[in-house]
Amino acid sequence: MQPDHHEIELTVNGTHYRRTVESRLLLCDFLRHELGLAGTHVGCEHGVCGACTILLDGDPVRSCLMLAVQANGHTLATVEGLAPAGGELHPLQQAMHAHHGLQCGYCTPGILMTMTAYLTEHPSPSEDEVREALSGNLCRCTGYQNIVDAMMDAAARMREAP
Amino acid sequence: MSTRFFGAPVKRNEDRKLLTGQALFVDDVELPGLLHVAFLRSQVAHARLKHIDISRARKRPGVVAVYIAEDYGAYWQPGPLLVQPPPIPGSTFNPRTQVPLARDKVRYVGEPLAVVVAESRYLAEDALDDIDVELEPLPAVVDMEEALTTASARVHDDLGSNVAAHVHQVKGDYRKAAANAQIILKRRFRYEHGISSPIETRGVVAHWNERGQQMTIWDTTQAPVFIRNGLAAMLGLGERQVRVIAPFVGGGFGPKIMMFYPEEVALPWISMRLNRPVKWIEDRLEHFVATTHERGQIHDAEIAVAADGRILGVKDVFLHDTGAYNPYGLTVPINSQCTLLGPYVIPAYDSTFTAVFTNLPIVTPYRGAGRQHGVFVIERLLDLAARELNIDRAEIRRRNLIPQDAFPYNNEIIFQDFAPLSYDSGNYEPVLAKALDAIGYQRFLTEEQPKVREEGRCVGIGIACYVEGTGIGPYEGAKVQVQANGKVNVATGIGTQGQGHFTSFAQIVADHLGVDPADVDIVTGDTDQFYWGAGTFASRGAVVAGNAVSEASAAVRRKALKLASDAFECAEEDLVLADGKVSIAGIPGKFIRLGELAQRANPMRGAVKPGTEPGLESTQYFGPPSGATANGVHAAIVEIDPLTFELKVLKYVVVHDCGTVINPMILEGQIHGGVAQGIGNAFFEKLAFDDQGQLLNASLADYLLPTALDVPRMELDHTVTPSPLNPLGIKGAGEAGAIPVGAVFAQAIEDALQLTSRKVELLEIPLSPSRLFELTRQEVP
Repeated sequence: MQPDHHEIELTVNGTHYRRTVESRLLLCDFLRHELGLAGTHVGCEHGVCGACTILLDGDPVRSCLMLAVQANGHTLATVEGLAPAGGELHPLQQAMHAHHGLQCGYCTPGILMTMTAYLTEHPSPSEDEVREALSGNLCRCTGYQNIVDAMMDAAARMREAP
Repeated sequence: MSTRFFGAPVKRNEDRKLLTGQALFVDDVELPGLLHVAFLRSQVAHARLKHIDISRARKRPGVVAVYIAEDYGAYWQPGPLLVQPPPIPGSTFNPRTQVPLARDKVRYVGEPLAVVVAESRYLAEDALDDIDVELEPLPAVVDMEEALTTASARVHDDLGSNVAAHVHQVKGDYRKAAANAQIILKRRFRYEHGISSPIETRGVVAHWNERGQQMTIWDTTQAPVFIRNGLAAMLGLGERQVRVIAPFVGGGFGPKIMMFYPEEVALPWISMRLNRPVKWIEDRLEHFVATTHERGQIHDAEIAVAADGRILGVKDVFLHDTGAYNPYGLTVPINSQCTLLGPYVIPAYDSTFTAVFTNLPIVTPYRGAGRQHGVFVIERLLDLAARELNIDRAEIRRRNLIPQDAFPYNNEIIFQDFAPLSYDSGNYEPVLAKALDAIGYQRFLTEEQPKVREEGRCVGIGIACYVEGTGIGPYEGAKVQVQANGKVNVATGIGTQGQGHFTSFAQIVADHLGVDPADVDIVTGDTDQFYWGAGTFASRGAVVAGNAVSEASAAVRRKALKLASDAFECAEEDLVLADGKVSIAGIPGKFIRLGELAQRANPMRGAVKPGTEPGLESTQYFGPPSGATANGVHAAIVEIDPLTFELKVLKYVVVHDCGTVINPMILEGQIHGGVAQGIGNAFFEKLAFDDQGQLLNASLADYLLPTALDVPRMELDHTVTPSPLNPLGIKGAGEAGAIPVGAVFAQAIEDALQLTSRKVELLEIPLSPSRLFELTRQEVP
């Protein structure tokens, strides 16, 4: 079978890309290995662990469960776009640092992307709601407690921000 | 050394890279001309390999090479025995180590049979389907007890049985102890442990540079130095020709220290053969069968107790499933055997284990490394004894604790580090008292529980004690170097998988050299940066490498003060080292920066005094005489739904003592993570094999890891009993959180459901809701 190629256009973190990709190429592989945005991590390739979560038109999606061609015409955001290079960290990143919400850091990009979307829509969550929102992202190091604290803190900071 | 940073919750240096997606993990390595590797793995647990035909796969477009065992030639060798068995008289040990590709026989589902190299991973996996394999199935050896019958098939044909090891260790005289006992209680315990399942699976990138005659390997290993040494020998290269880098590693928890995995052997060889860089990244399905597990033990244990609850002796006979090979020696079952003794005075101990070969993936240490199994047995035995003698569960523990004046306390039997199991220091009673206070033990039992029970709710409490042998040798080293820009560089040989070494080691350096921890760059896991070392395992990084970092920093401090005293022509006692510079006390403005001293330590012209070493740097090594013993108590209050067995943790308390603390924030994170893995172990994580050795739940949708909804908020407290075995007084903490969780929950659930009155005993782990449903419906006669 001859590989089946398609031309796609998409915007990632504000940058416009046009590429030709094989139809079966996973979106996570496209981002990581074609665009060099390796901050999106792959943990399970079956949509359970959440490490590869990115934003597609503002909504969190598992980039391991999408093909690159399905992102054609869409606007994506990955962890690399959360803070300007060398600049001030996003309030979620700051809170994760302040509360020791990461250890090995492998699941962290997926958690940041899931929770930026969540906190944008739910600016005043309860702890139980934060845990529910986090429950689709597996972390094997932290036991989640410090991530939960970081999210509650980040939500407060983001509410105060103008 | 002042202690401005040592002991403070300093925020981590490594976070920014990780939070912004800029940290380098193995799969982030991209090289020109990179090829991709996929492995064909056996789908049968036990079979003779009759024939493999790779001709079709080789012809597929995009495929560069396909190899089977025969292609390896003399390179095909069984892996090394990583850990020799400790010298225990009368022991049997039959080492059979894993092979790089199966040649005559497959011994577990997942064992690699062939390797495909292609222009992309997608193409390499396509080509796996083109390989024709002819296998002659043999009966699968799955059940440990059946494996030891004469009728059983043998995992290794050249052995007369499936016995991998047989070890008997004795302290005191159990028979005499039993003769004096008020009661003797005997039970069978089954304890399953699972797969560590870090969110980053394993991976290897190998790059042979033919022109430079250099091999560079990026590997998710916990032990880069041993990988380098072993591969250099296998490949016929000098050790200086091989550089192994363990960059940021996405969690390890033990299995990433196993070596050599077949993939670690294959990739460098392929890169040399093809003169191209090659990459293999394990997928999650592979991880379930190709990365090592820790699994089950069956203990037949009895305890002899006096009328006042004092333990007179314990006898234990247990089986340990070691899987198809045993490259990690006896570490896991020895840990079980030793850790069973716990924080208690046990005058007589008679313990025998048999390690059993099965047609299942290899068993090597996973966080806790067999300690859980032993702790579960002794803690459950104490619960049974307390009930029988009508003594409170906490009180029977208190009565048996090793008293403060008994340290160092020699348990006589041999531990995994080959030294007699001796506890260096400890003060156990305050730890128990703090935990009881924090969980509100008495109040719960006398006031809260009766009240809640009247409401028809099932609420119970559990409490368990444990010790953890940590910080074992042989040694680690560190090189501390002040750079001309004033920043300090530290290199060590251990790898890092999230433990915060970039920060805790920087804190140690910062206090010695009067710099900010943010100005200390730590390099771990790059064999070109630091040549020697053993690795990150057994809760030893902070203890062993931390002390080496401290000693090297102290040496650099002495050098800096000496250089400055020469420059200022003053006594060293008049100098102050702070804020990145050396000043003369009491004379503001009279100072020299550390970076400038570093430059002066490498003069371009002129003569130096005899014996002068250039540079403001020092390399020091530290090796403890034996391991430091940490201890702790976990307590939990749980509520369980009597119909669905859904469990809710209402309160979870950990009080522990791991000696002096470098960074309490990082330490708490280690405990949190350990408890979370303990909860997975206690409730969910069972590797479910069928009788053919097929893993039935090899996905994260079926093998459930704890989520944010399953792990409760934990309350932590600690006491500090420094270890006398290292200058900083540190004990390890990496595994403490995970060890007693199963014992705590079995006890708390029994209490919540009042199972004693129904004569049901929870003598196994994991206790999933479905298993609890089954167990509570079995009436014990």
